[in-house]
Amino acid sequence: MSSHFLGVDWQLVADNHELLLGGLRYSLTLTASSMAFGIVLGCVLALMRLADNALLRNIAASYVNLFRSIPLVLVIFWFYFLLPFFGFKLGPDKSVFITFAIFEAAYYCEIIRAGIQSISRGQVGAAQALGLTYAQSMRYVILPQALRNMLPLLLLQTLVLFQDTSLVTIIGIKDFMGSNVVVASNNGALKEMYTFAALGYFCVCFPLSMALKKLHKRIAVIR
Amino acid sequence: MIEINKVSKWYGEFQVLTDCSTSVAKGEVVVVCGPSGSGKSTLIKCVNGLEPFQSGTISVEGTSVGDPKTNLPKLRARVGMVFQNFELFPHLSITENLCLAQEKVLGRNHDEAMEKGLKLLDRVGLKAHAGKFPGQLSGGQQQRVAIARALAMDPIAMLFDEPTSALDPEMVNEVLDVMVQLAKEGMTMMCVTHEMGFARKVANRVIFMDRGSIVEDAHKDEFFGQPRSERAQAFLSKILHH
Ligand SMILES: Nc1ncnc2c1ncn2[C@@H]1O[C@H](COP(=O)(O)OP(=O)(O)O)[C@@H](O)[C@H]1O
Ligand SMILES: [Mg+2]
Repeated sequence: MSSHFLGVDWQLVADNHELLLGGLRYSLTLTASSMAFGIVLGCVLALMRLADNALLRNIAASYVNLFRSIPLVLVIFWFYFLLPFFGFKLGPDKSVFITFAIFEAAYYCEIIRAGIQSISRGQVGAAQALGLTYAQSMRYVILPQALRNMLPLLLLQTLVLFQDTSLVTIIGIKDFMGSNVVVASNNGALKEMYTFAALGYFCVCFPLSMALKKLHKRIAVIR
Repeated sequence: MIEINKVSKWYGEFQVLTDCSTSVAKGEVVVVCGPSGSGKSTLIKCVNGLEPFQSGTISVEGTSVGDPKTNLPKLRARVGMVFQNFELFPHLSITENLCLAQEKVLGRNHDEAMEKGLKLLDRVGLKAHAGKFPGQLSGGQQQRVAIARALAMDPIAMLFDEPTSALDPEMVNEVLDVMVQLAKEGMTMMCVTHEMGFARKVANRVIFMDRGSIVEDAHKDEFFGQPRSERAQAFLSKILHH
């Protein structure tokens, strides 16, 4: 009796399920934590991009343009291989978390900026007319609406982020991809395990992206 | 209470306001009218510093609005403002709309703010809708909530910018009734509106603006009896005969 189905050796998967599940957990945790930090930093950057102060605007614009113009792999290498030279010994886990958070912030920033711009100017006026400061108006009135309207796009970006986290494999981290690589090379089962990895990413991302499409429609209706 | 003295404002090259001067005394109701684009909204937004102006002075109870040292949020918290498009916060429930600034600006605790908010909501006849969201209310109801939200701050004066012009005709009166009530209770009010019935009933003075200038600033009876300027006459005959 063969344990093969869909080109995957399920017996091999079952034998290594702890390693593989651990990898999946690593990928999900890295995605969630970089998303949380990336969105907070993205909000700050978006507010800077919309500030009256030209210096703030330029700093934020340069940040966004820089990170959108260099490949993610390079940023991962920078933080992992080069920071130790400057005396920062972070270890692989912290260094990839920081990498993804600050890299993704550039993308979240642009989504949040569009979200803020989609809120009518009258809302800021009404908030300020009640005596709220600019910061309070943003915090309690504008950002909650902007984030709600942009939620599907922010989550879609997060799905991309989830797939991108597989890049940490190249510095030897055992994320979902990395644990598959380990099992594949230890057992000479490249074809089987890489197919399994593809199935794994697909099974997480496809249903979520379908759900996001529905959410997007619902939010459009609420507005 | 509100003193506007030779205020001018430019958007780049374009002059929106030219030497506007007027005043609103405590307890007075002043109606501002004039053709669209004449600068009415701009003028009224200068009063609470939502729009900056380049020359002249405005003071509210002795506080200079244009002075860079003035704490504008603090000043605005004391002057209520109601907008054409209501501008309720759509992500917050009606009670949250009523409580937000009371708590964050005046530092009232939640129970206090709720009590005040519900009292005012009752006053504008909407107590039953406390738990709803703005999107579930009609335009007239939203505007009444917006008035209650402004009143919850215990303002010393109220500014209205065409509060009924975005409403379906059958909802205009429910909002005007609240405003008339407010005027009768002695609230100091500056209202941009074309509701001349409202002006006749409660206004003390009527200001007519055209192309950024105050063309006419007269007692109500004088204004409706025989406006001095031709432009005001033409405007009046246009809005009264249709
Ligand atoms: N942000 C702006 N930039 C440039 N022009 C403006 C701006 N806001 C208003 N204006 C112009 O200023 C004039 C007065 O506008 P407004 O005060 O809204 O008039 P009203 O309320 O009497 O209809 C209009 O001609 C309008 O086009
Ligand atoms: Mg206007």
